[in-house]
Amino acid sequence: MSSNSDQFVLERERFPQLLEALRRRGYRVVGPAVREGAIVYDELNSVRDLPEGWTDEQEGGTYRLRKRDDGALFGYNVGPHSLKKYLHPAQVRLWQADREASGFTLKPEAVEAPLTAFLGVRACDLHAVSIQNKVFAGGPYVNIGYKTRLERSFIVAVNCGKAGGTCFCASMNTGPQARSGFDLALTEVLEEGRHYFVGQTGTDRGAELLGDLVTAPAGAHEADAAAAVVERVTGQMGRTLDTTGIKELLYRSYEHPRWADVAARCLTCANCTMVCPTCFCTTVEDVTDLRGEHAERWQKWDSCFTMDFSYIHGGSVRATPRSRYRQWMTHKLATWIDQFGTSGCVGCGRCITWCPVAIDITEEVRALRTAPADPPSGKEPGHGES
Amino acid sequence: MENLERILVEHPFFQGMKREHLDLVVGCAANVRFDAGQFILREGEEANEFYLIRHGQVALEVFAPERGSITIQTLGEGEILGWSWLVPPYRWKFDARAVELTRAIALDGKCLREKSENDCALGYELLKRFSQVMVEHLQAARFQLLNVYDAH
Amino acid sequence: MSTTPIDAVSLAGLNADPMLPRPYRVQRLRKETPDTFTLDLEPSSAAAAMAFAPGQFNMLYAFGAGEAPVSISGDPAHPATLVHTIREVGAVTRALHQLKPSHTLGVRGPFGVGWPVAEARGADVVIVAGGIGLAPLRPALYHVLAARKQYGKVVLLYGTRTPADILYLRELQQWHSRFDLEVHVTVDRAPGEWHGNVGVVTKLIPRAPFDPQSTVAMLCGPEVMMRFTVQDLERRGVARENIYLSMERNMKCAVGFCGHCQYGPTFICKDGPVFRYDRLAPLLAVREI
Repeated sequence: MSSNSDQFVLERERFPQLLEALRRRGYRVVGPAVREGAIVYDELNSVRDLPEGWTDEQEGGTYRLRKRDDGALFGYNVGPHSLKKYLHPAQVRLWQADREASGFTLKPEAVEAPLTAFLGVRACDLHAVSIQNKVFAGGPYVNIGYKTRLERSFIVAVNCGKAGGTCFCASMNTGPQARSGFDLALTEVLEEGRHYFVGQTGTDRGAELLGDLVTAPAGAHEADAAAAVVERVTGQMGRTLDTTGIKELLYRSYEHPRWADVAARCLTCANCTMVCPTCFCTTVEDVTDLRGEHAERWQKWDSCFTMDFSYIHGGSVRATPRSRYRQWMTHKLATWIDQFGTSGCVGCGRCITWCPVAIDITEEVRALRTAPADPPSGKEPGHGES
Repeated sequence: MENLERILVEHPFFQGMKREHLDLVVGCAANVRFDAGQFILREGEEANEFYLIRHGQVALEVFAPERGSITIQTLGEGEILGWSWLVPPYRWKFDARAVELTRAIALDGKCLREKSENDCALGYELLKRFSQVMVEHLQAARFQLLNVYDAH
Repeated sequence: MSTTPIDAVSLAGLNADPMLPRPYRVQRLRKETPDTFTLDLEPSSAAAAMAFAPGQFNMLYAFGAGEAPVSISGDPAHPATLVHTIREVGAVTRALHQLKPSHTLGVRGPFGVGWPVAEARGADVVIVAGGIGLAPLRPALYHVLAARKQYGKVVLLYGTRTPADILYLRELQQWHSRFDLEVHVTVDRAPGEWHGNVGVVTKLIPRAPFDPQSTVAMLCGPEVMMRFTVQDLERRGVARENIYLSMERNMKCAVGFCGHCQYGPTFICKDGPVFRYDRLAPLLAVREI
């Protein structure tokens, strides 16, 4: 099923040309790197900074790095970071204000948007970018910061060479193959005695950059090898989520007893919202200097799991952990669809991996589907009919 | 008396009552009038009647020594004042005072109460209607207790 | 924290950023009730007056303290003075309460979906306000009274805690004296000298003069009060497609980015704050949603 007409091959030894070409065009390169036992996104100076020969093992509440027995550059899945770290930064100054005799003046903030090339972006995260873009630029108001940072990004996608223990992009129809939202997309192929990348362009900008690299058109063998990777990975997903009627399922489950069950486990630590590539909630923080002459307004990541997320005079609307977990999951899988036209979940599995108590969103959906929705009536068994 | 009868018969509160019960009710009715500021019933006194307000306004009050008199409910045209005549110990719990000149029809509750002992159907008809009044007042009182307008 | 940007892009213009407040000057601060006050504002620079629809709100910024969402409570036909009635409930509203004439504050807005004053044309209009809820409804009443012939009967039902908490007392008295407007005020409790109604605001509904078959109702007040009011309106025969509520939730941005004001699938800042009741009915029944 491979089409090799617009695919190219880049040999492993020529891979550094990609970074050099990006640098020449003024991009800083951000890609996966090993930091403190995890593969995160960081600025890369060279190909040597990539996690060559590393892989990750992910399960509910578990993340470990292991050495591979090959030199794959991208032989792992996603870590705790996503592109949200750069496109929707955790702390952004919105503006500054200074007291004057006649009140105060406001100083708008220039958008900080360095040209950035993201290397090694997975299909799930590409969808997440598109989803966040709809939140920030698809409505009546535009988040100029997000829009600008995205415009100044170059994206080199990589199709996963393996599926992780908590991955379910296949269920969410967001992977494992990158189909759009990239300038270039690569599939890493490791064969006996040969290590290469089969790639395709996604934009004119990508095609232009490709001109700087020494590549060859992909032959049938190479194209088939790349397709085989995708097919193998599709069947390896560690989790599945049945999305049939999922919106309606959640809309009729507000009083389902399962919420009490998950609430007994959930610590409301907000890890899931921090690692989720589509979670976008923020808060604003107003700070002043000691003299009270200079004020700044900062935008910071926030989480619906915090106690005062829903605070209005007098108290929080969602006071219980039960209501907060229900809010997060219902938003992610159901109300997001009504709000933005797609699911909010891309099946990356991060929330499962990074939950300290291994709450599994796919298991919670399963529980909502199969357990009875009626609360117990209080009647003793055997006393129903008399 | 004729005018009185028409008012009672046409009032929604008595709608659906059998003719012989209505006759009993009319027989227990009298026109009354209260000047502005006049007490209609006092806390602790025997509750022997109830009132159908024709026009004016009545305040249900309670008096607290350090706070003075507190109005907990006002009743106006067409409303029923008083149900303590129907339940033991048949004593008023609050004061009721006419806020302005008020005309009402007073009904001899004690008489109707005694008649209901022998005529269960009459008793049931009265209880059906008064329980609705009580429920509405209870719901309103509970809502007022919530202090919803407070900044919590 | 930001480091020296490798490359910085300057903003296209101040108006392009919905998160940047515009400076406004206080003309006057008026005390309404013990915890409520009204600010009359004008733009600090020679900017055009803010046009707004009844029911919309602004984010008001007190220097260094932060922002609070506050409904606009002035006359939409006379926007030169921007009027906000504010209840002091926290640090920001306390800071706003301390402003004096000529002081500066920041304003972002107007935001949100307003009252259905166009949809109500040709019908009776019933406005039910509870407590501070009269403030967001006042612009709707101004609008209706300014185009009085376009509407049928107009009824204002207003409930609050005690007589001391009655908002816009003088204006209420003026409205009360009009022949083309029915005004009923009630309080939850009152000292003996009060000669008005005492009781829940819903009690005013059964006898209010409007035709349930041809009425648009606009409600604003504590959520509990609105829920009970809807019940009594429905009991009288008003269809849920003709009842509108103004909802409130935590807000940080007012433009649909921060996620705080979500109420089920709606964002109160941009899908509301005014909603038709049939859309809200399933949500109002769920606790802690």
